[in-house]
Amino acid sequence: MNVMPGLATLSVGERKLLQDFVDEHQLFYGPDPAIMRNHKLEPRTAAEDRALDTQGDPHLLNQVRGRVVSALAESFRMVEQMGAAPGAKWGDLVTAIFTASGDLSEISPAGIVTFAGVCQYPIKFVNKYWTHDPSVGVRHGDGFIHNDSRYGGIHNTDQSMMMPVFHDGELVCWVSSTIHEGENGAIEPGGMPAKAESRFDEGLKMSPFRIVEDFQVKRDILTFLQNSVRDPKLQYEDLKVKLHACMRLMDRVRAVIAEFGKDALIAYLRRNLEDTEAEVHRRIAELPDGVVRFNTWIDSTLREPALLKVACAARVKGDRMTIDLRGSSPQLSNRSVNAVLGSTKVCFLTGVLQNIWPDLPHNLGVLAAFDFETDRNSLIDANNDAPCAMSLLPMFRTITVATVAFPKFIYSLPDDAKARATVVLAGQYNQPATFVYGGLTQHMEVTGNFCADINGNGQGARENRDGEHSVSPLFGFMCDTGEYELAEEELPMVRLIAQHLARDRVGWGKYRGGLGYEQMVTARGTSMWGFMTGQSGSRFCSAPGLFGGYSCPAYPIAKVKDVNVFDWFNEHGNAALFPYDIVQLMNERPIGQARYVTADAGMTFEMVEEGEIYMICQGAGGGYGDILERDPEAVMQDLREDLISHDSAREIYRVVYDPRTLIVDATATAAARDEERAARKRRGKPFAEFTAGWVTDGPAPDLPYYGSWGDPGTIVAGWDKSRRTMEAGAIEPIFMPDPRELRIAELEARLAAQG
Amino acid sequence: MAVQRQCQSRHAARPRQLRRQTVKVLVTEYLRIDLAGERWECRRCDHDIGDARRSYKEGLLVYDREPADIHKPLLDTGKYAFTFTPDPRWCRILEYYCPSCGTMVETEYTVPGHPPVHDIEFDLDALKAQWAQRRPVTERTPAKDLPRPEGHHHHHHHHRHGHPED
Repeated sequence: MNVMPGLATLSVGERKLLQDFVDEHQLFYGPDPAIMRNHKLEPRTAAEDRALDTQGDPHLLNQVRGRVVSALAESFRMVEQMGAAPGAKWGDLVTAIFTASGDLSEISPAGIVTFAGVCQYPIKFVNKYWTHDPSVGVRHGDGFIHNDSRYGGIHNTDQSMMMPVFHDGELVCWVSSTIHEGENGAIEPGGMPAKAESRFDEGLKMSPFRIVEDFQVKRDILTFLQNSVRDPKLQYEDLKVKLHACMRLMDRVRAVIAEFGKDALIAYLRRNLEDTEAEVHRRIAELPDGVVRFNTWIDSTLREPALLKVACAARVKGDRMTIDLRGSSPQLSNRSVNAVLGSTKVCFLTGVLQNIWPDLPHNLGVLAAFDFETDRNSLIDANNDAPCAMSLLPMFRTITVATVAFPKFIYSLPDDAKARATVVLAGQYNQPATFVYGGLTQHMEVTGNFCADINGNGQGARENRDGEHSVSPLFGFMCDTGEYELAEEELPMVRLIAQHLARDRVGWGKYRGGLGYEQMVTARGTSMWGFMTGQSGSRFCSAPGLFGGYSCPAYPIAKVKDVNVFDWFNEHGNAALFPYDIVQLMNERPIGQARYVTADAGMTFEMVEEGEIYMICQGAGGGYGDILERDPEAVMQDLREDLISHDSAREIYRVVYDPRTLIVDATATAAARDEERAARKRRGKPFAEFTAGWVTDGPAPDLPYYGSWGDPGTIVAGWDKSRRTMEAGAIEPIFMPDPRELRIAELEARLAAQG
Repeated sequence: MAVQRQCQSRHAARPRQLRRQTVKVLVTEYLRIDLAGERWECRRCDHDIGDARRSYKEGLLVYDREPADIHKPLLDTGKYAFTFTPDPRWCRILEYYCPSCGTMVETEYTVPGHPPVHDIEFDLDALKAQWAQRRPVTERTPAKDLPRPEGHHHHHHHHRHGHPED
């Protein structure tokens, strides 16, 4: 309730009258902070208490769990097999089951944790606002849809279907199905508009509402949704796919109730959460008390270069762990790279479940064990006015934060510690490196979506071996890369190279990160086509190494413009001359008359002429350990596999070998490495002396810098004369100047200077 | 065999109190803390790095590395501004070396002039209390295997994978 002037003068009765009036006449059911800021388990209900009292047999509950997990796996496969969205085809989806109160209790084994984690928020919204609203209500056979990240979601391209499951008129649980759909009618096609300057540029904004009654899609509402997007077929087909996955899941759950009883299901769903939370607290208690700090910087708003800090101090005390993200960049109210707190937390959950404790049940109980501290109106805790279409940029960094903070707490633990559930590993590549596309297909249909290239993030190096190449997106280890041929049948895109590992783009270390692959794509047979990319990390490396390992390199986008490569191919002999390699193509420039460009890898939507070439790389994972400790034979193997150049073998790893036979001279290598260690000692300065000459009061004046510097309590924002300083607890959102206006002003100044 | 080893470590009697021997906690690949002396030590050469109640970085050598040395420009710098190399005005690599053996203990990617982060700050008293209940670990064993599908847990050996790099 808002605080009203004069409230204190009212009697108790008058206050109640006023409160009742306000409650009954709420103007707008916006995102509810009481729901959106709370990641803890809901209190036990009376039904849960009763069920837990009567259903104490863990074997029985495990049997129930097995049946539910099996049903979730089945519904996941249904969506994956039937879904129309490219994301559905390669696993960017989840099905899940929630308690009656809306807590996420179990997800499909191969599903995306983040999707299910944020889906509990709209369920809680429906429970709170629509259940007792006479104009809405929640009944058997209802299906609710939702996509707005402010009510729970990662970004508006993901759509969820949620259905209540009743037994004898009592709400027992909720089931859901979520897909990264892609196209959503935003200012740029494909669903992830980097160009969004307000939330109204983000396309569909579905607060949770009913679209299914008595298991039937309401066609009038569906038509409204289809009318709001560029791909009405996709909207219709996947709505039905999600609905039928939920219905199948509901059937299975009802069969569990029929066999084991309602209370067994309720007891399992609740105990799954409480036991998991307790286990996380036990594991945290094994860690050393103290603080691990880590800073990382995003180097682009996707509209202009900027250094956006994500700061983290992970604090452990007893069995509690607090993730303190204060000191991070302010929110940028007219840029798309903000995230609301609910999404940020759930991405951190993904980081923990995929990299640290993959053996835990993937549910809210894990997240509930952690505490979070953030600055309001910051990049990772943005208010509801900020666009979040490319929230992936800050959110992915919270996955990275987990992969840096936990190893420093966990490495020391004894073998039998439960917190040592898997290997210590460095950060996975953390950018959504893919082509988002839009335009007319060769069948003259309008489309917009994104490619499965995003699934090729290199894994970070592990403490005992190298990272896997191009293993998965960092948010979904089970995702596949999909069938490119299928995409090429439908889309006017031709891949000149695909999944060619990017040589020498390595997170170096004793163990190296897995490499990413190169993509080289062009358009053919369409009258209208374009691409955008949402990658940062062209100036500042994004995926960090661990324990002396290096980060991944910096990745630009490369283009060959003003030429039709298909015409060039048709000229005699040219096909054999084409270098299927970004570095070679850009350096050798074999196609005369063409314009060769490299740029920041964050590119807003850009029209493409037939035969123009666009190139990006998937990135490498971070390295682990000192490069001089890498086994020289492993370096030779990297050479054999064409992962690195001879220059790198010699100058980075300091291996001495015969370049023809790749036979290592062990003695000379040891000497070269000893010499490098001695050189380090000569060039390194004692810490105090170094910092005296290094540390500055703030960032260089011309750096567009956002976030804290030394003191997390003070936030710096902007550059030169426009730079501001704010208290971290009282951040005012930042509005960025229009890059075109800045460019015009710059050119006008140059003209004026020339008289 | 591996299963036996696992069982032994789980069921072995634990010391009731800190033994007389010095407990050294392995904190990273290259760092450990001597609890009794409250000192950071290098795991490669046993060098005494410094007070474990302060940042280990204070006892190391630091070098402001030119990023192009490590992430070399792969594209022609005469032709292109973006070459797979970080922008040195935006990104620097602080390399931390053991002053005794020259091992690179840590790398820190940061913005020019940004204060080095105090990345590991443990509560030494709590750490001592924790390790009073644990057997000392002198070498970190290779990591646990990744979780296996149901029914396969006991068929795989605990530590070694048979991978050439293990």
